[in-house]
Amino acid sequence: MKEFNLDQEEIRGLNQHLHDMPSTDPNGSVTVTNPAGKHALAVGIDTPAEVTIEGHVGYYCAGMNQQATVHINGNAGPGLAENMMSGKVIVSGNASQYCGATAHGGLLVIRGDASSRCGISMKGVDIVVGGNVGHMSAFMAQTGRLVVCGDAGAALGDSIYEARLYVRGSVANLGADCIEKEMGEEHLQEVTELLEAAGMTDCKASDFRRYGSARQLYHFNIDNAY
Amino acid sequence: MSSNRNDDWLRDSHTFSKPVIAEIQRAAREGIYDIRGFGAKRHIPTFDDLVFLGASMSRYPLEGYRETCDTSVTLGTRFAKKPIELKIPVTIAGMSFGALSAQAKEALGRGASEVGTSTTTGDGGMTPEERGHSDMLVYQLLPSRYGMNPDDLRKADAIEIVVGQGAKPGGGGMLLGQKISARVAKMRHLPEGIDQRSACRHPDWTGPDDLEIKIQELREITDWEKPIYIKVGASRVYFDTMLAVKAGADVVVVDGMQGGTAATQEVFIENVGIPTLPAVRMAVAALKEAGMHRKVQLIVSGGIRTGADVAKALALGADAVSIGSAAMIAMGDNSPELDDEYRKIGSASGYYDDWHAGRDPSGISTQDPELAKNLDPRIAGRRLANYLRVLTLEAQTIARACGKSHVHNLEPEDMVALTVEAAAMSGLPLAGTDWVPGRNGY
Ligand SMILES: Cc1cc2nc3c(=O)[nH]c(=O)nc-3n(C[C@H](O)[C@H](O)[C@H](O)COP(=O)(O)O)c2cc1C
Repeated sequence: MKEFNLDQEEIRGLNQHLHDMPSTDPNGSVTVTNPAGKHALAVGIDTPAEVTIEGHVGYYCAGMNQQATVHINGNAGPGLAENMMSGKVIVSGNASQYCGATAHGGLLVIRGDASSRCGISMKGVDIVVGGNVGHMSAFMAQTGRLVVCGDAGAALGDSIYEARLYVRGSVANLGADCIEKEMGEEHLQEVTELLEAAGMTDCKASDFRRYGSARQLYHFNIDNAY
Repeated sequence: MSSNRNDDWLRDSHTFSKPVIAEIQRAAREGIYDIRGFGAKRHIPTFDDLVFLGASMSRYPLEGYRETCDTSVTLGTRFAKKPIELKIPVTIAGMSFGALSAQAKEALGRGASEVGTSTTTGDGGMTPEERGHSDMLVYQLLPSRYGMNPDDLRKADAIEIVVGQGAKPGGGGMLLGQKISARVAKMRHLPEGIDQRSACRHPDWTGPDDLEIKIQELREITDWEKPIYIKVGASRVYFDTMLAVKAGADVVVVDGMQGGTAATQEVFIENVGIPTLPAVRMAVAALKEAGMHRKVQLIVSGGIRTGADVAKALALGADAVSIGSAAMIAMGDNSPELDDEYRKIGSASGYYDDWHAGRDPSGISTQDPELAKNLDPRIAGRRLANYLRVLTLEAQTIARACGKSHVHNLEPEDMVALTVEAAAMSGLPLAGTDWVPGRNGY
């Protein structure tokens, strides 16, 4: 196992090591200490590595992740796991704005709360949030699934396409073209699986409500204008 | 019919001209704004309003064809480990696969590579056709992030963060359902056949301080190898250029209001943003003020048509220019040979601007496989290469006449303005005077 103490080492060295791992140590593990809110940590990994960051991280941690599992034992700044393709990112604390933005795949787990625009423009990722999500979450969400064990802020799923949203608590209000939909068997199962994958088995799938696109904005039409 | 009717007594209104009346009627009928391709059509001050002085008693020209007049450009010298080396100062602007057919993207790659310049992806991601046929490919990071992925990021030769486009500063993209084919839909993770909106704001940063961190992330992901461009639509150009430099750009791309688009509201195209002419001067002023002129390179686009336009942009201080509409025309868009086809869809060659509609008989702005077959990427690529050679030769001709051994040695002092407006906008004196409006208290 390799350790990077960011009090003494540069971010560049950490990321270069992670980028070299496919040839040097494809399944290896890396521990990062003293992240001190630094930005762009563990970005652009493309190997099934196990990365553990002990402390709070700044912007874009685990950005564009492929294959790796990244644990953050702390809080995460804006843009966590932005454009992730695959792998897993798990935050023990809270995540700031736009976590999981435009992510295409993989699983993002926030044990605490996620701030505004969680899952904005998501393109296939699965996101499970143990607490609440802020306003404009899942804005223009294209595909993928967002599970919120707490409450959702205003304008949830505004201009949503085909992503599926599940919220256990209250929703302040729904954004344009987002509506509540029926919870069928397959949806209960989907939520159960996602909660299990996220290790949040204290929630019951049957307590969640489902939201998705009314598909009324899919074609330009004067009656959709304000 | 009307030939034997005497219409002489009818009087046109300037305010309510025939096109204005027709647009009111159309709006009332259809209830939705007009969407079209191409750039602004109205008259605006352009490079046409500038002329070169050429050599004279006190300036020696270079011999027309023989004496060296270098045209090479290096982009990304500030931070990138692998800067881009262009042979000519003209690049191909970002045009999306989706807006353009795969064949057109291939042809752009072929033409540009033949003459040693770069092409650019667009909203919708990178296709194997364009990567395969482009020796140098710039990968755009747009607000929508359609088709954005780290594998393609690593395959790119440079990264262009699109903040705005000259045709629509502040506006997002649109691609209408006719062009959302199965392939386009899959690349963008959207349902097939819907009218697709592209966001106007980036999803994971707001403002220049965030952008600086975003750029740091992109550099870390790509191991600091690739030049990073920031593209802005021309509006508050001085401040945008300053902020782009501060955010850490290697290259700033400024796109003037007459810049082309594949699909934008007419009202946006014609009324938002400023022309390319003042935009160049403002960007250069900012770079100089920041001590970064020629260190952060400047690419200018929007209405570049001739080698004279290229030379004028460079003389004002740009490092290179970029073309969109002209490249499409060179490949065969709006070709007179297709006039009958254009007429069948309610237009005519030389007028066709429905690039959003997907019915382009030239096979360029379409996703219809049958229409796309009309474009032979080899022939179209060759035509583009020819055109790019002409632009370069023309720019060299002017540079030699001004006595310059490199097109970058052209300078503002080589030019004067023909109109008061152009003088004020370009900061050049009005021809025959030493008057620059707005300077020295006048
Ligand atoms: C068909 C078409 C598609 C375009 N697509 C994009 C795009 O995806 N991203 C972008 O930044 N600009 C796009 N543009 C704008 C061009 O990159 C460029 O700014 C413009 O074409 C320059 O002006 P010109 O057409 O007068 O040369 C597009 C332009 C056209 C004509």
